Amino acid sequence: MNDMTQTNLERALKIVGSRPARPDGVDKVTGRALFGADKSLPNMLVGRVLRSPYAHAKIISIDTSKAEKLEGVKAIITSADFEDFPSEFVPNGEMVVNMKDITRNVMAREKVLYVGHTLAAVAATDEDVAEKALALIDVKYDVLPHVLEVEDAEKSDAPLLHDDMITIGVEPMPTSASNVAKRVEFGLGDVEKGFSEADLIVEREFTTQQVHQGYIEPHACLASVSEDGQAELWCTTQGPFVVRNFCSKLLGFNAAQIRVTASEIGGGFGGKTVVYLEPLALALSRKSCRPVKMEMNRAEVFTSSGPTSGAKIWVKIGVKNNGKITAGDCVLKYQAGAFQGAPVGPGAMCAFAPYDLKNVRAVGFDIVVNRPKVAAYRAPGGPISEYGVESVIDEIAMKIGMDPIDLRLKNAAKEGTVAPYGPKLGPIGMIETLEAAKSHPHYSAPLGANQARGVASGFWFNIGGETSSSITINEDGTVGLTLGTPDIGGSRASMAMMASEELGVPMELIKPIIGDTNSLGFNFLTGGSRATFSTGTTVVESTREAIEELKKRAALLWEVSLDQVEWVDGHARLISGNEPKTMSLAQIAKQAGKTGGPIMANCSMNVTGAGPSLGTHIVDVEVDEETGQVSIVRYTAIQDAGKAIHPAYVEGQMQGGAVQGIGWALNEEYIYNDKGELENTGFLDYRIPVCSDVPMIDTVIVEVPNPNHPYGVRGVGETPIIPPLAAISNAVSRATNKRFDELPLSPPKVLAKLMHG
Amino acid sequence: MDYVTPTTAMEASKALAQDGAFALAGGTDLLVKLKTKFVSPSVIVDIKQVPKIMSIENSTDGWWIGAAVPCAEISEHESLRQDWPGLVESLSLIGSTQIQGRATLGGNLCNASPAADSVPALIAAYGTCIISGQSGDREEPIENIVTSPGVTVLEKGEFILGFKLPKPESGTGDAYLRLIPRSEMDIAIVGAGTSVSVDKDKKITSIRVALGAIAPTQIILDGLEDLFIGKEPNENSINKLISIAESACRPIKDKRGTVEYRTKIAGVLAKRTLTIAYKRAINH
Ligand SMILES: Cc1cc2nc3c(=O)[nH]c(=O)nc-3n(C[C@H](O)[C@H](O)[C@H](O)COP(=O)(O)OP(=O)(O)OC[C@H]3O[C@@H](n4cnc5c(N)ncnc54)[C@H](O)[C@@H]3O)c2cc1C
Repeated sequence: MNDMTQTNLERALKIVGSRPARPDGVDKVTGRALFGADKSLPNMLVGRVLRSPYAHAKIISIDTSKAEKLEGVKAIITSADFEDFPSEFVPNGEMVVNMKDITRNVMAREKVLYVGHTLAAVAATDEDVAEKALALIDVKYDVLPHVLEVEDAEKSDAPLLHDDMITIGVEPMPTSASNVAKRVEFGLGDVEKGFSEADLIVEREFTTQQVHQGYIEPHACLASVSEDGQAELWCTTQGPFVVRNFCSKLLGFNAAQIRVTASEIGGGFGGKTVVYLEPLALALSRKSCRPVKMEMNRAEVFTSSGPTSGAKIWVKIGVKNNGKITAGDCVLKYQAGAFQGAPVGPGAMCAFAPYDLKNVRAVGFDIVVNRPKVAAYRAPGGPISEYGVESVIDEIAMKIGMDPIDLRLKNAAKEGTVAPYGPKLGPIGMIETLEAAKSHPHYSAPLGANQARGVASGFWFNIGGETSSSITINEDGTVGLTLGTPDIGGSRASMAMMASEELGVPMELIKPIIGDTNSLGFNFLTGGSRATFSTGTTVVESTREAIEELKKRAALLWEVSLDQVEWVDGHARLISGNEPKTMSLAQIAKQAGKTGGPIMANCSMNVTGAGPSLGTHIVDVEVDEETGQVSIVRYTAIQDAGKAIHPAYVEGQMQGGAVQGIGWALNEEYIYNDKGELENTGFLDYRIPVCSDVPMIDTVIVEVPNPNHPYGVRGVGETPIIPPLAAISNAVSRATNKRFDELPLSPPKVLAKLMHG
Repeated sequence: MDYVTPTTAMEASKALAQDGAFALAGGTDLLVKLKTKFVSPSVIVDIKQVPKIMSIENSTDGWWIGAAVPCAEISEHESLRQDWPGLVESLSLIGSTQIQGRATLGGNLCNASPAADSVPALIAAYGTCIISGQSGDREEPIENIVTSPGVTVLEKGEFILGFKLPKPESGTGDAYLRLIPRSEMDIAIVGAGTSVSVDKDKKITSIRVALGAIAPTQIILDGLEDLFIGKEPNENSINKLISIAESACRPIKDKRGTVEYRTKIAGVLAKRTLTIAYKRAINH
C-alpha cells in the first residue's frame, strides 16, 4: 500500500483536492432528504416510552394491566420482554460496551439509575392514546439516595449504583464493591525523576461539566416485524450494522432477520452509535405485528441519550527554564453515567500525546453516577484531559516568559516519538501545525482593549476497522458506489471523488449511496474519523479492481493480452500497435454483456494504519469584567488532514468542531437539582452557541500525508473539538490575569472568579 | 378546542369570558405552551381582528401602540424609534427576526414573565395600557398589570387593547439593556429600562429605572429623585444607583443565574442604561 501512495502523490490530481457540490446537496436544501422521523408505513403505530422520575430507585413492581385495557393500545413492553445477559465487554469503536449493561440501559431491570431511564414502552394507535397508556402504568419504587458527582461517588459511604461492581485495574483487587469501575494507567519513564530535574513545576485541578453532542435531529426509528419474524428497521444512526448486531442480540433475532437502513442523519457526533429506541420499536412491532414508529423529543434526548462525561482532573508538569518538559503527570476522574464505560482510557492515552516526553504518566478512573450513560462524543475523552494539560502548558509559558507556541514546538511529538500510550508514532503534523499557527497573520494581529489571545493544541488517534463497499459500472458508463458508513460530514462526495480520480470519469456520473445491512459485508460505524480513511481505502481498492476488469474486457474486444492495455483518463488504451487505440469506459460498459456480463467489484477489509491528526487553534477573546461575559472575537483552526479530499468538508469539520468546543468552553453544561433531575432539558437553557456567538472560523489545512491511505488521508472529524476548551480558557486567563480552571466559562462563573479569585 | 376570530372588542371580551379561553396574539408563547401541554385551552380567541389592536398612531396626546402589532412592525416605525429608542431596542431583542414577525407587546406583558424584555422599557417610558372588558375600557399603568409570574390583574373577559406612551418632552432619552449568556435566542438574567429628562443645563428633571428578572415582577427603583433631580449624574450618585439596584433585587437562584450574579448585574445594567439614556437626553 505504501507504493500506491507514492504513485498517487506523484501523479497530478484532477478531482481529489477540488470542491465540487455534494451529491446529497439538492435533497438537503429542498427538504426532500428523509431523516429518521420522515418515514411512515400503512397501519403504523406510535411508540412512547415511560421514563423514571427518580435518579435512583429499586423497582418493586410494574403493573401494566390498566394500560393494556385502554382502547387503542396494541402492545406494552417492559424488561420482561428482554432476555438478560451475563457481563461481557465488547469493543464498539472508541468505546467498550457490555451487553448486561446495554439491556439494562435500554430497559431498566432491577433498578432505575437516572431520571429518564426507560421503564416501559407502549405502542398505540396514536400519540394521545400512547401518552394516556403511559399514565396508566403503575410503577412502585423504593427510592434510594443518589449521587451525581465523581468526588461524591468515589467516597466509601456513597450510594452504590451496582452492588457487584469491583474496581478493575487496582492491585490488590478490592474486596468490596464501589462506584469506581476501573483504573487505567499509561506512561513512560520515571515521573518522579523527571520532576526532580525540573526548574519549575505547575500543578492544578480542573473541573469540566457534562455536555451533550447537541445534534439537531432527535433519535427516531420505524420498525416493522412480520409474523414470520423478518424485521425491517429504518433509523437515524452512525452505524446500521452495529444497530443490527445490538438489536439482534438484545431481541434474539439472527443477523439475517433484521435489515437496517440508515436514514439521512441530522448530526450524530458519536451520540448515534448506540441503541435506545430501536430495540423498543422492534419489540413493540414484534408484539403487535404492526409497524411502530418512535421519536424522542428534545427533553428525552437530553435526559435519556448519551452525553459525554463531566470530570475532575489533576495535572502536574515540570519544565526546565528553557522550556523543555521534564515530566508530565495527570489523574483523570470521568463520569460514566449509570453504567461503566467513560472514555477515560482514550482521555488518558492522548492527554500528553502532542508532546515528546521521556517521563509521563496518566491515570484514569471510570466512575458511575446517577446520570445517563455516556456515549461517544467527538474524540471521546480527549477534550477533557487535553484541556487540563494544555492549560498547564499555557500557565508554564507565562511563568517562564516563553511564547506558548515556542514552548509547544520545543516539546512537539514527531515521527519516531514514542507516544505516552506505547507505540512509536509515524509521520505526524504537530510541528507543521504549530509553525502554520505561528506564521498565521492572526497570531501577530494587534489586540483591542480587554482582549487576549489563547492557543492550544490537540491530538487524536483516529481509527480504521471493518469496512466493505462496492462499485458497479452501469451499462451507460455511469457508476454506482454502495457504501456502508453513513454520511455525516460529506463522505459521499469524498468517496465519489476518489472513485472519479481513479476511474477518470466525471464525478457527476458517479452515484454514491449508503447501502442497507443486506447489501454489503459488515461495516463498523461512522466514528473515530474513519469514514474517509477506511471506506475511502475500500473504494480506491475496489475501483482499481473494476479498472482491471475494464482493461480485461478491452483486451478481449481488441483480442490482445491484458498487459497490452493500460487505463488512462477514463479510457482503455492499447500500449503497442501502430496507431493509438482507445476505448472509453462507456464503450466497454455497453458491451459488457458480450464480454462476460456486468462489471462490478467490491472490497472488504479490516482497515489498519489510521494516522493521528494534530491541530492547533488560536482564539482572541474579549472579557467584560463587569459582567463576566466572554466574546469570541477571532478564531483560527489549523489542522493536519493528511490529505484533504474535499477541502470544503474538511474545513466544515474543523469549523464545526471548533464551534462545539466553543460551546463546551463557554456555556454548555448539564444542570441538576438536588433531586437529580436535569433542569435544562431544552436548547433555551442548554446553551449551544448560536450563529451570532461565533465569528467566522478561519481554517488552515496542513497536509502531512498518512502513508497508509492511497491519498494520504488521516481523518479530521474529531481533533478540532479538542483545542478550543483550553485555547479559550487560556485566552480568558490572559485577559483577566487570573488562571481559570473550571468549565464552562459562563458569565456567572467568570464574574465570581473575578470577584472572589 | 375551538378557535374564534372576533371582529369587535365586545365580541372578543365575551369569547374570553368563557372558561378555559385564551387570547392569541402572535402565539410565540401560547403555541409553545400548547405544544408542551402546559396549557389546554377550551377556546382560542384570536384578537388580531379587533379594531385598533393592530395600529400604531402618533397624536398630540402621545403614542398608541396596538397590543397585537408585531414587534417587527414597531421596530420599523421611524418616528417612534426617535421618541423612545430604548423601548424599540427592547423589543428588537425578543427572540429572533422570525419571532419578532409574530411576537407582540400585549403577549409579552400578559405572558407575565419576570424576564419579559419590553416590560421594563415600557415602564421606564411611563407607559399605560388600555384594558378592554365587557363593561368597557379602563387605563392602567404597566407596572400594575403583572402581580406574580404568570399572573396578571386582568379579569375574566378582559384583554389589552393597546399601549399609550407620552410624547417625550425635549431633553428625554431612554435605554434598555439585558444580560444573556448568549448573544441572542436567550432569556434575560437581568433586564434594565431607564428613562431620563434633562433641562437646558443638562440637569436631570425626571428619572425612572425599571428592572426585570430580579424579582417575581418588574420593579421600579425607589429613591432616585433625591439623588439625581436637579443634578448631572456623577460618580457618587451612580454608585448609589448601583447599590439601590442591588438592594432592590429579590431574585431566585435558578439555572439561569445565581442570586449573587443577578444582583451584581442589576447594578451594572442600571448604571449602563442610565449612562446611555442620559447621553440620549442631552442630545434630544
Ligand atoms: C424562540 C423564542 C424566543 C423568545 N425570546 C424572547 C426574548 O428574547 N425576550 C422576551 O421577552 N420574550 C421572548 N420570547 C417569548 C415571546 O416571544 C414574547 O413574550 C412575545 O412578546 C409574546 O407575544 P405573542 O404575541 O407571541 O404572545 P402570545 O403567545 O400570543 O400570548 C402570550 C400570552 O399572553 C396572552 N395574551 C396575548 N395578547 C394578549 C392581550 N392583548 N391581552 C391579554 N392577553 C394576551 C395570551 O393568552 C398568552 O397567555 C421568545 C419566544 C420564543 C418562542
